[in-house]
Amino acid sequence: MTMTIQVRGLSRVFAGAGGSTPALLDVDLDVAEREFVCILGPSGCGKSTLLNLVAGFLRPSAGEVRVNGRRVTGPGADRGVVFQEYVLFPWLTVAGNVEFGLRLSGAAAAERRGTVARYLELVGLAAHAAKYPVQLSGGMKQRVAIARALANNPSIILMDEPFGALDAQTREVLQDELGRIQRVEHKTVLFVTHSIREAVYLADRVVVMTSAPGRIKQIVSIKLPEVRDRFAPEFTQYESEITRTVKEEVAKVHE
Amino acid sequence: MLLTSVPAMMEWGLHGEPLRRGRALRWRLAALMVFLLLWSVAGGLVQLTRPFNPLFLPAPWVVVGALTELATKGQLWPHVVATLERVAIGFATAAALAVALGLLAGQLRPVRNIVEPVVELLRPIPPLAVLPMFIVWVGIGEASKVGFITYATFFPMFVTTVHGVAQLDARLLRAAQSLGAGPRALFFRVILPAALPDILTGLRLGVALAFFVIVISEFVGAERGLGYLINDGRNFFLVPQMLGAAVMLGLLGYAGNGAVRLLERRVLRWQHPE
Repeated sequence: MTMTIQVRGLSRVFAGAGGSTPALLDVDLDVAEREFVCILGPSGCGKSTLLNLVAGFLRPSAGEVRVNGRRVTGPGADRGVVFQEYVLFPWLTVAGNVEFGLRLSGAAAAERRGTVARYLELVGLAAHAAKYPVQLSGGMKQRVAIARALANNPSIILMDEPFGALDAQTREVLQDELGRIQRVEHKTVLFVTHSIREAVYLADRVVVMTSAPGRIKQIVSIKLPEVRDRFAPEFTQYESEITRTVKEEVAKVHE
Repeated sequence: MLLTSVPAMMEWGLHGEPLRRGRALRWRLAALMVFLLLWSVAGGLVQLTRPFNPLFLPAPWVVVGALTELATKGQLWPHVVATLERVAIGFATAAALAVALGLLAGQLRPVRNIVEPVVELLRPIPPLAVLPMFIVWVGIGEASKVGFITYATFFPMFVTTVHGVAQLDARLLRAAQSLGAGPRALFFRVILPAALPDILTGLRLGVALAFFVIVISEFVGAERGLGYLINDGRNFFLVPQMLGAAVMLGLLGYAGNGAVRLLERRVLRWQHPE
């Protein structure tokens, strides 16, 4: 089976005033088509660096990322990105934001309208198509960002702590929705988070990173049904197992 | 009343409920009426009691009378048109240059490093100090007047455009690139719309400055224009004509500002929807 994302010997060093700091060291990772992989780790473990390298926003210091067999050299429409801070185009309406990628690829107006309507429906914002981002709450903005990424039909969605800026309630609602959307869309997803619950709730596999420099410490396959119950004993078991692993890493930072 | 955006809520929290449109307009009109009333009373009193020659402080109706007289004799419009023409050409040239160069300098480090020091050197010099130079270089004809407006209004528009591009959120570029935007799309669909609020602020400053400097350049060696009309009024002691021309300039400047504001409201509706 060919892997949608192949990460090989990937390292990234940041050169700063006080010398160079390795953020990511020799990471190997394969993500299969339609797989939902969460990257989990304490802050400063290089998990966002890994995502930015896959997105093509950063160049690797060593190693490479391949997507569908092609080496990543820059950002591209095959990898949709959902950012933590929404990053919508404030001068475009909700529909205009979702339509952005479709316009760039030259889709016909009728097709664009259909796609925009479908994805706004999917994220539950059909009634807000004509609004501007300033009129939306954080949760609504992130739904728009998700619809915008999906509407462009990329083979991969990269999500960088997408729910990190939201309050706890909104966060769980959006996790539920993302789970539902994933059961419809079956995208290949690389999802960065520091929430263990979130990772166990959403992922097929959870990649636990070590603290600086970031390496892969452990990969946990979550063998739970598609629709998950946060209070099921199996769920809590995964949670506590991963919590133990993560705690070791957090403790190291404080040593 | 329903507050739908964060800025609206902040505005409400800081200053209380906004005035309704009609009420705000009534306040503005009332303030204007009071000003005209005070001016009329002062002018009327001077005419009645004659503490000094009433020519020094003509009442509003005298000024309006002078304007209508000029207008009916066909001596007003040529001046208005001359001033407007100079402002329009000078301002439009400056706007095109400033926005084009500003967009370039905002994006390309090398261009910015070359252009910005020169601009920063010239910008603090009051434009009026440069006017005599323009006259020496290109004479007292139309070219020096239009060129002078272009020179004076270039700076604020250039600086705001550069600022608009430079303060662009780099994450918007990343988001657009991940949606498939190439350099061209980045420019037209991200950089330009993101810089537009600052560009329009620059245009508004430019329009105001254009009407500010045209008057002075029309004092020197002009045969037409509202500035000429004021200077002519001074030579022949026609105070109502001086004030009348000044009022016309005020109205034109107000209209110019209003036009840019209207454009801002239409183009920047996303900042304050509804």
